[in-house]
Amino acid sequence: MKRRDAIESVFADLEQCVLVTIMGATAAEVQSIGHRPNFFYLQHAMGLASSMGLGIALTRPDLKVVVFDGDGSILMNLGGLTTLARYRPRNLVHVVFDNESLLSVGGFPTATATGTDIAGIATAAGVPKATTVSGIDDFRAAFLNALNGDELTTIVAKVEAVGPAAYVTDLSLLENRYQFQRYLKVRRPSQ
Amino acid sequence: MPVSVTSSKLIYDCLKDVGVRLMSALPETWLVHLIRMAEDDADMQLVRLAKEEEGVGISAGAHLAGTSSAMLMQNHGFLASVNGIVSCAQLYRIPLLMLITHRGEFGERDPWQTEGGGVTEHVLDALRIPYTKLDSPDHVSKRIHKAHTLAQSASRPVALLLCRDLMWEDA
Repeated sequence: MKRRDAIESVFADLEQCVLVTIMGATAAEVQSIGHRPNFFYLQHAMGLASSMGLGIALTRPDLKVVVFDGDGSILMNLGGLTTLARYRPRNLVHVVFDNESLLSVGGFPTATATGTDIAGIATAAGVPKATTVSGIDDFRAAFLNALNGDELTTIVAKVEAVGPAAYVTDLSLLENRYQFQRYLKVRRPSQ
Repeated sequence: MPVSVTSSKLIYDCLKDVGVRLMSALPETWLVHLIRMAEDDADMQLVRLAKEEEGVGISAGAHLAGTSSAMLMQNHGFLASVNGIVSCAQLYRIPLLMLITHRGEFGERDPWQTEGGGVTEHVLDALRIPYTKLDSPDHVSKRIHKAHTLAQSASRPVALLLCRDLMWEDA
């Protein structure tokens, strides 16, 4: 399964969600399919996309939050999985695209290439539902299940180590940030 | 434990007063009362961390989603958070209100705290993070309010160093 195809298979379902992605290939692929104001791309700070998703999910139970994480990123913040599990927000879907490599910096293998099981780590950390999928149909089914479900879910999607030719897009970081903040403000329920 | 309940309460009430509704924290001795106050407050979302850098991401998410937050950590936790501060909060202009216990100052008895104390202010300077010290109850309220105001207006991280003279009763 290619990550871009996996993203495309659920793209329409992201319209009503809030999406936080990691940097590089994932961010560029989402934008190549289409940028929306409810998408935020954390173009650095590896490991913190899941923490940002947690910060949004905890403070905005009115929103469904989706995080597109990666194996290299989550391996930098494994402790964060225990924090996700501790608060287990019901409105958070945590997807880890696992290509077993640090693709954008030479394709060197991550520890998942030698057997580290991220879904296993998530389960052991206490994430109520964690699963590994490797085909598009299974990915889409698991994603929709999590999206329509009521439980924090980590979905590890095994994907090929391929990505876009370029990572820099014409969406500036701060433009993305302020547009995203404005979107969240406008969608805030009146109190 | 001679950590000052009075000073902790003063700090906590000021944080509430400026609108903080989420606190991330990793326990350290000087923070115990502040963390317990957050635990006991139904209007405060306390997020217990495994490592302090997570708090940068959580505060960033909360800020974009419309909630004011504060981060409680030891200076060693601040040192452990530097990349997140630079490449999330500074890169994306996220206001952070960091309350950092300034261990390793004059009077420090724990040998393991002494290196961090000597570098904390230099690292804050290197990161161009505005900071001030809270070392007396007299100025706590004013400085917390001003720190929060600057963080919001500049959309940048700011730091308040919680010092021994304020936090420790037999200092």
